Amino acid sequence: MNPENEPIQALADIKQMMDRSSRFVSLSGWSGVAAGICALVAAWLAGKKFNEYPISENKYEANAGYSRDGNLLHLDRELLILAVVTFLTAFFFAFLFTYLRSRKTGVPIWGFMARRVVINVAVPMIAGALLIWRITDYGLYGLIAPACLLFYGLALINASKFTVSEVRYLGYLQLLLGVINLWAIGYGLYFWAAGFGVLHILYGIVMWNKYERNEKAVV
Amino acid sequence: MKNPISGLNKIFDSRIRLGVMSVLVVNEEISFNDLKAMLEVTDGNLATHLVTLEENSFIKVHKGFIGRKTNTTYSITNVGERAFKDHVKALEGMIKGIK
Repeated sequence: MNPENEPIQALADIKQMMDRSSRFVSLSGWSGVAAGICALVAAWLAGKKFNEYPISENKYEANAGYSRDGNLLHLDRELLILAVVTFLTAFFFAFLFTYLRSRKTGVPIWGFMARRVVINVAVPMIAGALLIWRITDYGLYGLIAPACLLFYGLALINASKFTVSEVRYLGYLQLLLGVINLWAIGYGLYFWAAGFGVLHILYGIVMWNKYERNEKAVV
Repeated sequence: MKNPISGLNKIFDSRIRLGVMSVLVVNEEISFNDLKAMLEVTDGNLATHLVTLEENSFIKVHKGFIGRKTNTTYSITNVGERAFKDHVKALEGMIKGIK
């Protein structure tokens, strides 16, 4: 090596080590696209469910504070099952695409950095899930979608310190949608579809375009 | 003019030791195994370099347990952080000197 390049090389090594050890970058853009599609399908199915029951979605959401009759309890359960299935499907596809990417690039997925991201996402999400549970107990359905968006946004902002900076912007956008939705009770499904569906797909495309498009496979 | 090479630290001549310091400067605490995976080195090799860094009080060693397995973690000391930053500054100085 040319001795004049040695300090440049050393600084490049330092920067690379600092980067590699502080940020989790393995998440694939396709994971975002897949999660977004799952969310859009789920929102569409939920919309259909609302139509099957003798109340409209807006009334369901605006039904704040009233006691629930049998129909509503049944709808609650179906929506809960739909939510759980959606989450698991989205998670499965997100994992699958990230796994495929890591096989291609040779970067292991599960290191202490991934662990840090998962913990930082999980804490606000669990707090949000408990809040939403109580919100449904009180029949304040209109607050479900904004609470999902707000807590998901906070979770992303919280974890963004340990991953690519785009995650922070995605978090702020979710937060913004959640706040607007707080004053547009009754339209939660649209806001939810925009946040979890459209934004995820856009984010996935941006990420893929920026980081993965020119990625070379490690032989 | 001050000789820019004077700030270079001999201890950081080793790429592995420099790598360890780079990781520790951005991570509060990191375990032996994570460090090993990060730097892609063998147990023995890493252990030797860690001892050198510890002897110079650049890093602190914490011995703990997870269940029955030992879990040794490392963190940077103030002395270590200063030495690392001086080293980086010296490297930058050398680059400026070349230009």
